[in-house]
Amino acid sequence: MTVGVEVHATGTIPVASAAQPPRFELWHISKGFETPGGFRPVLDGIDLKATSGSFISIIGPSGCGKSTLFNVMAGLEPADAGRVYVDGQEAGGKREHFGYMPQKDLLFPWRTILDNTTIGLEVQGKPRKEARVAAAKLFEPFGLAGFEHARPFELSGGMRQRAALLRTVVQEREILLLDEPFGALDSLTRLEMQTWLAEVWVKYRWTVVMVTHDVREAVYLSDQVVVLSARPTKVRLVKDITLPRPREEALMATPEFAAIERELLEVLHEESRHALQTQRVTV
Amino acid sequence: MAAATVTEMAVLPPTIEEVQDAAGPRRRRGKGQRAASRTLETVGPVLLLLVVATVVMQAVVDQGNIRPEVLPSPSRVIRSGWAAREAIWQNTVPTLQVTAIGFAVSLVVGWLLAIIVDFSRFARRALTPILVASQTVPIIAVAPLMIIWFGFGLLPKVIVVALVTFFPVTIGLIEGFDSTPKEASSLLASMGAGKWRTFRYVRLPSAMPSFFTSLRIGITYAVTGAIFAEYVGAKYGLGIYMSMQKNSFRTDLVLAAVLVTSLISILLFLSTYLLQRLVIPWYGQEKRSQT
Ligand SMILES: Nc1ncnc2c1ncn2[C@@H]1O[C@H](COP(=O)(O)OP(=O)(O)OP(=O)(O)O)[C@@H](O)[C@H]1O
Ligand SMILES: [Mg+2]
Repeated sequence: MTVGVEVHATGTIPVASAAQPPRFELWHISKGFETPGGFRPVLDGIDLKATSGSFISIIGPSGCGKSTLFNVMAGLEPADAGRVYVDGQEAGGKREHFGYMPQKDLLFPWRTILDNTTIGLEVQGKPRKEARVAAAKLFEPFGLAGFEHARPFELSGGMRQRAALLRTVVQEREILLLDEPFGALDSLTRLEMQTWLAEVWVKYRWTVVMVTHDVREAVYLSDQVVVLSARPTKVRLVKDITLPRPREEALMATPEFAAIERELLEVLHEESRHALQTQRVTV
Repeated sequence: MAAATVTEMAVLPPTIEEVQDAAGPRRRRGKGQRAASRTLETVGPVLLLLVVATVVMQAVVDQGNIRPEVLPSPSRVIRSGWAAREAIWQNTVPTLQVTAIGFAVSLVVGWLLAIIVDFSRFARRALTPILVASQTVPIIAVAPLMIIWFGFGLLPKVIVVALVTFFPVTIGLIEGFDSTPKEASSLLASMGAGKWRTFRYVRLPSAMPSFFTSLRIGITYAVTGAIFAEYVGAKYGLGIYMSMQKNSFRTDLVLAAVLVTSLISILLFLSTYLLQRLVIPWYGQEKRSQT
């Protein structure tokens, strides 16, 4: 254990160097599941790192283990092998570093929107009043002002998603994990939300890891897009997106954008085909 | 066709309101007035049915020259019942007492069992089969034994009521806790919640709709359970009152007592909706917003 940390630490924390140390780093994460048909390897040595304030998107074939990876990072499930580091410290199994936003918004009908957004802080032992003050400050930038005392079912899909993001952000965790945050929205709302997220992200500079099925969304929002392979899952491609910021919607129409999108799509389709084939073989 | 419309009206009261709104804002009716007309539309059909049934029964008994010991007319049931109102009331109070105490015991036991089962896998495996088995015990056979064991006092009746009602309450709660989406528990876990906080923040509120359904089932069983326990043997109570009146061929008084029993059950049943509105107002709002 300790040996691993030391070896690793010497490699990744070059304090003297000008390069920024990673906010978090995944090192050879592997994870499989015991199924009735035998052991199913899912993650097969995933390496990933992100500097503070960067936006990373993860795309990959359906069922390749994106949510599983998030569960490992959030400390909800132990990895079979590998390490998670946050700011150079071993953080495997710890839950205090990652703010997790699941795909479903999971806003609870028995709480108002304000009280839904404070639930994380309350769970963490913050007095209700303080939690409310902290969350209420974010309602304006999140476009939710005036809906503090509404119930979730009174909100549109986009607003619900923003409320769920607010609930994640207000916990002030070092890294945000967003699992297909806009997957359930219609395309118009989706586009609106992407532009909005690009704006607020520039303002707050959270470190974000986002899973998405939408390559366009990934390119538009990210500093780096990571393509995962079919199961057993490895990192297939890491693509830095150096398009200038702040990004406008018009950027999506430029040839540079289209070229990156095409390159990523090709790799993704290849992996998806591969995933389908192996599925057919195993079934 | 006409029959179908009546059913729809009974099942979907909000539709009527929508229809009215669609008819145009001729005059803006007050909130109270609207609620009143909605209530009338909800209970109207059932009242009508009851009136028709009563009239038919009255006519059949009057025309058919049926002896009152066999089938008394509705008017006779009401008249005799009213005349015997003091005796009936004196026997109603103990029945209410048994119902209340028995159901309270069943609620306490149900909540305790359900929470234990929710927190411990071992308890779940150990208790669930026993819970189910407890329902296969024929109360008809056990109730007389209760009297042999515990006498004619309150205890055996409370036990009978608790026995017939704790099962729906417990199962309703257990299933309610389990209805919590797995993702909600994961979300809470990611926030750092342990078992207890996850229970308090999501599992408990998630279970409330299911709990109120089981409360409704339980409370109706509770009244009949109490009557049954008294029927087997008691000093006072509607159950023993019915039994005695039957033995002296006062069918009218038996039916009068039945009427009182039904009224009590209906009132208790309706009161659960009131309680539900107070405890989980969000549930009704959410459901209405979805229709
Ligand atoms: N608890 C579990 N037990 C057994 N197998 C599991 C379990 N959780 C996930 N899996 C399997 O692991 C694989 C990856 O699942 P995961 O949900 O992480 O995929 P995903 O990439 O998020 O998929 P999607 O694109 O559909 O969201 C799937 O094949 C799934 O069947
Ligand atoms: Mg997933």
